[in-house]
Amino acid sequence: MKVIYEKPKSISDKTFHYCPGCGHGIAHRLVGEVMDELGIEDKTVAVVPVGCAVMAYDYFECDVMEAAHGRAPAVATGVKRCLPDKVVFSYQGDGDLAAIGTAETIHAAARGEGITVIFINNTIYGMTGGQMAPTTLPGQVTQTSPFGRDPYTQGWPLKMCEMLSTMTGPAYIERCATDTPAHIRAAKKAVKKAFTYQIERGAYSFVELLCACPTNWGMTPGEARDRVGSEMIPYYPLGIFRDICDIKEGK
Amino acid sequence: MNTAEIDKKRCKACGLCADACPKKIITINPYAESAYGRGCAEVSDGCVGCGTCAVVCPDIAITLRSV
Ligand SMILES: Cc1ncc(C[n+]2csc(CCOP(=O)(O)OP(=O)(O)O)c2C)c(N)n1
Ligand code: SF4
Repeated sequence: MKVIYEKPKSISDKTFHYCPGCGHGIAHRLVGEVMDELGIEDKTVAVVPVGCAVMAYDYFECDVMEAAHGRAPAVATGVKRCLPDKVVFSYQGDGDLAAIGTAETIHAAARGEGITVIFINNTIYGMTGGQMAPTTLPGQVTQTSPFGRDPYTQGWPLKMCEMLSTMTGPAYIERCATDTPAHIRAAKKAVKKAFTYQIERGAYSFVELLCACPTNWGMTPGEARDRVGSEMIPYYPLGIFRDICDIKEGK
Repeated sequence: MNTAEIDKKRCKACGLCADACPKKIITINPYAESAYGRGCAEVSDGCVGCGTCAVVCPDIAITLRSV
């Protein structure tokens, strides 16, 4: 029997601890598939966050370092500068990347550090029980915004791709979603391109993946998947926000 | 002939594959044993090997084979 598709070799046999329907699993798979396709598993170093993906070191078969909350881009910077031949990526949630780690995120991008950042935006703090994140949508009910996020007192959601795309440092910035098969296939292309930019140009690349958190949204996996399309994508439009190749060609 | 095989050690019965399957041949059996001991996807005959289920599966529980 010919195998058409199987679990990527870069992902371990351990059962994910994520909730049923969680977007982290899809993101892990995409990164694993890309590592397989590029054949970089043995020279990749992942830097994993604090958040639901804190135990991602059990799942990625490459070398993995655990960073303090929000500090993954700083740790990844250190790894990449000491071992420039390695492929280094950070994998971070929205609380990790856009709240406690905003400074590290912005400055790693501003320096154009030769790393890839995989950003899992699920509009909530998953691991700690569903508090409001910087990316929580206006009106969204969370543990710490029980009447819905009011932007006039709690601020407007951060759009990280748009923010980072104003800088000169990053080579590639794209936002993708993990709700439909077509979006997931496009997301894989983006992840692959991000790694390729790092390998071929030593450049900084950033991919945001809009993901579902059924548990803390209080939804079934199917409802949560649909919310990504109906509520998140209108606020966080998909697309390429910066691509150094297009800029060079004057597009 | 194609088959989609569900890894019972990984499946959590989220049902996303059943929704995505264009042939609607995947069902969630709430009593079957799986990762959490409750509920698992089951595939009946008629798979065309499109792989849509594997694309949406958050737990990498699906292997596709063709004969
Ligand atoms: C220094 C520090 N502050 C706060 C926490 C508590 N904490 C753990 S995970 C987390 C938020 C994680 O949310 P996110 O990054 O969105 O990841 P998700 O769980 O949604 O994947 C917080 C605040 C911590 N572990 N360390
Ligand atoms: S709490 Fe949310 S982000 Fe965390 S594993 Fe569950 S669904 Fe995923």
